[in-house]
Amino acid sequence: MSTFRRQGDHCVAVFAADEVRVLRKVASEVVGLLTDGFDHSDPVVGRLFPDIYPERPDDSAEFRQYTEGDLKTGKIDQAGAVLAALPPVTGGEVRLDGEAAEAWLRALNDARLAMGVRLDISADTDLGDELDDAVLHDPTSTRVFQLSIYAYLGYLQESLLTALIDGKLAD
Amino acid sequence: MGGMAAPQVAPVDAPDTEEVPVADRAWVTIVWDDPVNLMSYVTWVFQKLFGYSHEKAEKLMLDVHNKGKAVVSSGARERMEHDASQLHAYGLWATVDKA
Repeated sequence: MSTFRRQGDHCVAVFAADEVRVLRKVASEVVGLLTDGFDHSDPVVGRLFPDIYPERPDDSAEFRQYTEGDLKTGKIDQAGAVLAALPPVTGGEVRLDGEAAEAWLRALNDARLAMGVRLDISADTDLGDELDDAVLHDPTSTRVFQLSIYAYLGYLQESLLTALIDGKLAD
Repeated sequence: MGGMAAPQVAPVDAPDTEEVPVADRAWVTIVWDDPVNLMSYVTWVFQKLFGYSHEKAEKLMLDVHNKGKAVVSSGARERMEHDASQLHAYGLWATVDKA
């Protein structure tokens, strides 16, 4: 698994071919979810666009009407920042300036939130146990694959955040 | 004549409440616990959006984590709506309520 490291003003990682494929897939899926597939009844959309006034549906709806477009555009743009910075499918280096690194952090977080809803991740979930159970059940299942990607994205997000913060401290 | 004039006698009906008008403190932004968001990321978002020290941001993050929610800012309603929107852009689960 690749790790982001600080190089001057940039956060840098070298991705293998399968990592590029995975990141391209998850970022594209987020874009799909926010464009053609946008559906308020989808719990993932509910999580990415929470009601601001849970007990006042009318106020929530009014607020949503004025703000949802911008929020959606921002989320599409940050997923786009991931796609734009990825190397060719054969693998290679990703080099992010501060702005791109922050867009990546938000985009990785959106992708993890979406997967977390689909995978029923809860406060009690132990990812290691969950993965072990899924492997025992069927090592070739989609759930094993999805849980592995979810774990990988968390690892990548943490490493990027560390690289970004370390650089700030060193300034 | 120069300088500030100090009242010789305090007004009898001076309110003893805080100076900030109640209406400007009447709303809060609440962040709710979430099983997905990384603790380090949530701390970073609080520092980034609100300019909080690492210490204060981490304490708020731990409050969210341990108590299920925390008030992260307070003020006028429009201001809180802005804060909650920003938090949604970062993927945090934020709501607005009366204080």
